[in-house]
Amino acid sequence: MSAATKMSAAPISATEASNGMELFLHQVLAGLATGGIYACMALAIVMIYQAIDSLNFAQGEMAMFSTFIAWQLIQWGLPYWVAFFATIGISFAAGVAIERIVFKPLRDAPLLSHIVVFIALFAILNSLAGFIWDFSIKSFPSPFGSRPLFGGLVSMHDAGMVFVTVILMLLLFVFFRYTRIGLAMRATAANPDSARLVGIRVGWMVALGWGMAAAIGAVAGMLIAPIVFLEPNMMLSILLYGFAAAVVGGLNSPLGAVVGGFTVGVIENLAGTFIPYIGRELKLTIALALIVAVLTLKPSGLFGKTIVHRV
Amino acid sequence: MAMNPHSASDTPADNQRLYLTLAVVVVAVILPFVVKNFLIFQLTLAMVYAIAILGLNLLTGFNGQFSLGHSAFFAIGAYTAAILMDHWDVAYYWTLPAAGIACMISGFLFGLPALRLEGIYLALATFSLAVAAPQILKSSPLEPWTGGVQGITIIKPDAPFGLPLNSDQWLYFFTLALLLALFAGAANLVNSRTGRAIMAIRDNSIAARSMGIDVSLYKALTFGVSAFYTGVAGALGAIVIQFVAPDSFTFVLAIGLFVGLVVGGVGSIAGTLFGGLFVLFVPNIAEHISKGLAGAVYGIILILVIYLMPSGAAGLARLIGTKLARRHS
Amino acid sequence: MTSPLLSVRGLNAFYGDTQVLHGLNFEVAEGGITALLGANGAGKTSTLRALSGMIRATGDIVFSGLSIGGRITEEIARLGIAHVPEGRGTFTRMTVDENLQLGAMTRSDRAGIAADKERVYGYLPKLGNRRGQQAGTLSGGEQQMLAIARALMLRPRLMLLDEPSFGLAPIVIAEVFATLRKLNADEGTSMLLVEQNATAAIDLADQAYLIETGNLVMGGAAVDVGRDENVRRAYLGY
Repeated sequence: MSAATKMSAAPISATEASNGMELFLHQVLAGLATGGIYACMALAIVMIYQAIDSLNFAQGEMAMFSTFIAWQLIQWGLPYWVAFFATIGISFAAGVAIERIVFKPLRDAPLLSHIVVFIALFAILNSLAGFIWDFSIKSFPSPFGSRPLFGGLVSMHDAGMVFVTVILMLLLFVFFRYTRIGLAMRATAANPDSARLVGIRVGWMVALGWGMAAAIGAVAGMLIAPIVFLEPNMMLSILLYGFAAAVVGGLNSPLGAVVGGFTVGVIENLAGTFIPYIGRELKLTIALALIVAVLTLKPSGLFGKTIVHRV
Repeated sequence: MAMNPHSASDTPADNQRLYLTLAVVVVAVILPFVVKNFLIFQLTLAMVYAIAILGLNLLTGFNGQFSLGHSAFFAIGAYTAAILMDHWDVAYYWTLPAAGIACMISGFLFGLPALRLEGIYLALATFSLAVAAPQILKSSPLEPWTGGVQGITIIKPDAPFGLPLNSDQWLYFFTLALLLALFAGAANLVNSRTGRAIMAIRDNSIAARSMGIDVSLYKALTFGVSAFYTGVAGALGAIVIQFVAPDSFTFVLAIGLFVGLVVGGVGSIAGTLFGGLFVLFVPNIAEHISKGLAGAVYGIILILVIYLMPSGAAGLARLIGTKLARRHS
Repeated sequence: MTSPLLSVRGLNAFYGDTQVLHGLNFEVAEGGITALLGANGAGKTSTLRALSGMIRATGDIVFSGLSIGGRITEEIARLGIAHVPEGRGTFTRMTVDENLQLGAMTRSDRAGIAADKERVYGYLPKLGNRRGQQAGTLSGGEQQMLAIARALMLRPRLMLLDEPSFGLAPIVIAEVFATLRKLNADEGTSMLLVEQNATAAIDLADQAYLIETGNLVMGGAAVDVGRDENVRRAYLGY
C-alpha cells in the first residue's frame, strides 16, 4: 500500500500523484545511497568467496578493525590518504597472516570446524577492538566532504563512495576475468586438487585471496564509517546486508555484488517507507528474507553463473 | 560415553559405559541436595541447553544440515510456553508438548525451502533466521501476544504433591527426567532404520536416494524433529528463567548452540551434555579470566578446542577409551 | 640403452596407517607408453597418486634423473608431469578454454600457449567447437578429451592417465586411445596409464605390468603380457 493512497481515499489528484512519485523517487535515491555501503561490503564478500569457496562470517569484524587502525593512524597525526593506504597494506598483510596461521592447519578439516573458527575470529576481533578503543562512538573523516546533493538526500560522500565502489568492482572484474592469477585463484577455490595438478601453488592462492578480501574490507569500512560512525558493533548488520547483496547479485560476480547492493538498499528503503508499521521495524528482516528467497529460488543470483553438476 | 549403535554384545567396554552412565545419573540425582540453589538453577539451565543442542545435533550432526538458526526454535518454544501460561493459565507441563508441536510444524515448514540449500548457504540462511527472530518478536503486530520489548514474566512452579523440594530442586528433577527421556528417544531414533536413513543422507544423499530413501521427506522431517527438541528446551528454559524477552534469543544464542554442538562432539548424544555445560559456563569463565577481553578469551578457547579436540569432547573420550583398551589388551 | 624417463623402485604407499602398495618396481621409457593393469581396487589409482605426491609414499621415484619422492603435488607438476586424475578433475564451472588456460599455468610463454591451444583444438575439433561452454556440461567422452588436452597444455614430458576409458562407450574409447597413440607418435610424450580395460591398454602400450592387491605380479612387453594364459583368462576374457 503506497503512501500516496494512504493519504486520501478518493481518487488521486494530479498533485497528489506527483507528490507520491516524488516521495518514491526520493526513497529510491536514498536507497541507492545506502546501497553503496552494501555494495562495497558485498565486494569483499565476493572476493573471499572466490578465494575460499565459502563465506567468512568474520569479514565485517575484520573491516571494522581495519577502520579502527586507520582512525588510530589519523589520531597519531598521519594525513588521511597516507593512513588510508597504510591501512590497506596492513589489512592485506593481516589477512594473509590470519590465513597462514589460523586456517592453513585446518585445510582438511570439515566445514563445521571452519565455521567455528570464523565465529572465534568474530569474537576475538570484536572484543579486542572494544578493549583497545572502547565502545564509545567515534567519528571518522570522509575524504569527499559532506556537502549535500540532490536536495539533501545524498551527500558528496555518498557519491564518492559509489564512485570508489565502482572502480573497485571494475578492478576485481578485470582481475578475475583477464589475469592469470585471477584464473588460478578461481580454480583453487573451485577444485584445489586439480589446481595442484596443473602446478598452481594452492597455499599461496588462498593466502592471497584472504589478503585481498581483507584489503577490500578495509576500504569498505573506511568508506562506511563516516556515515554510520565508528564503533565495534557497527558492522554486523552491514555484513548481513552485504551477504544479501552478494547473494542477490550472484556470489561469483563483482558486478552482481554492486547491483545487488543497490537493489538491497532501494528495497530496504522502499519497504521501510511504504509498508505500514513493520516496514521500519523489520528492515533487517527484509534483507534476510531476500537472502533466503534468492538462495532457494535462484541460487546463482542475478549475474552469477548457474553451476551444472553432472552426477 | 557416546551411544554406540553397535553395542549389541556385552563387551567389557559396554559394561564400562553402562557403569559410567549409572554413576553419572546417581551423582546427578544427589547433587541438588548438596549444592546451593543458584548452582542447581545453573545446572538445570545446562541441561536445558543440552536438550536444545541435542535437537541441533539431530539436524546437523546426524543429518548433515547446518543450522546457525536454532535460537529461533528455542524462542518459539519459549514464547509458546510463556503465552500459554500467561494468557490462558495453562499448567507448565502442558506447555512442553504444545511448544514441541508448534516447533515441529515450524521446523518442518522451514525445512522445506531448506531442502534446496547446503553447506555454507544453509548456514547463511539459518543465520538470517536467527538474526531476524528478535526483530520479528519485537514487532508491533505481534506485541499483544509477545509483550514486545518488555517480554513476559512467568511464575516458577512449585513441587507437586507437597514433595519436600524447593522449586529449584523440583525443576532440576523435572528437567533431568525429561532429559533422560528425550535422550533415550533420540538414541532409539538414531539406532533405528530411520536413524540409519537419516545418517545415510548426511554421508551421501545421492546414494541414499538411489537406495530408495525419500531424501526430501526425511530431511524436512528431521528439521521438524530437531526443532521439536529445541522447542521443548526453549519452553523449559522459559519456565526455569521465569522470563522471556526478544533479546534473550539473539543470534548469539544460535551461535552458542552451534558451538556447544561442535564442542560436545557432532553425532554424539552424550556429548551434548558437555556442550550444554560449555554454553553455560565458559562465557562466564572467559569473563573471569579477563573482564575486558572476555570475547577474545572465548574465541581463543574455541580455536584451541577445534585444534586439539576436533571431534569434540565425545571424540576425546573415545580416544581415551581406545588408548585404555589397548593398554589392557 | 638410454635410462628410463621414470624409474620406480620399491614403492610403498599408505592411506593413513593402511599400506596399499607393496614394493612396486616399474619404469617408463623415454617416448614410451607403459600400462599398469589390474582389477578394481588393485592399487592402480594409488600408484599414480603416490607418484604425484598426493598420498604418503616411500621408495625411490626418479624422474629424468631427479628424485621426486616426497615432493608436493604442485612441484611435481611443475617438473613436467601431467596427471589426468580419476574422475578427470575437470574445472566444471569454467569454460573449456579456461580449462586449457589452466593447464598452461606453469608456463610463461604467451605466444607458445596460444599456439598450443590452437594445436590442441586441431587434434580435438569437438572441443574447439565448445570453447566457451561450461566444462561441466560436456559429455563423458568430451570431458576425457578435455582432461587430456589440459594435460597437454603443460607441455609435459610424462603424462599419467588414470583409467582414460572409464565410463565411456567402446566407440569413444577407441577415439580416445587413437588420440593418445597419435600424441605419443607426433609429440613424443611418454605416458603411464593405469587401466581396467586391459584390451585397449595392451593395444596401446609398449610395456605392461599387472598389479594385484598392491603387488606387482608380472611385467614385460605389452604384447607378451597380453599373450600370457592367466592374464588372458582373468583380464581379457578368453
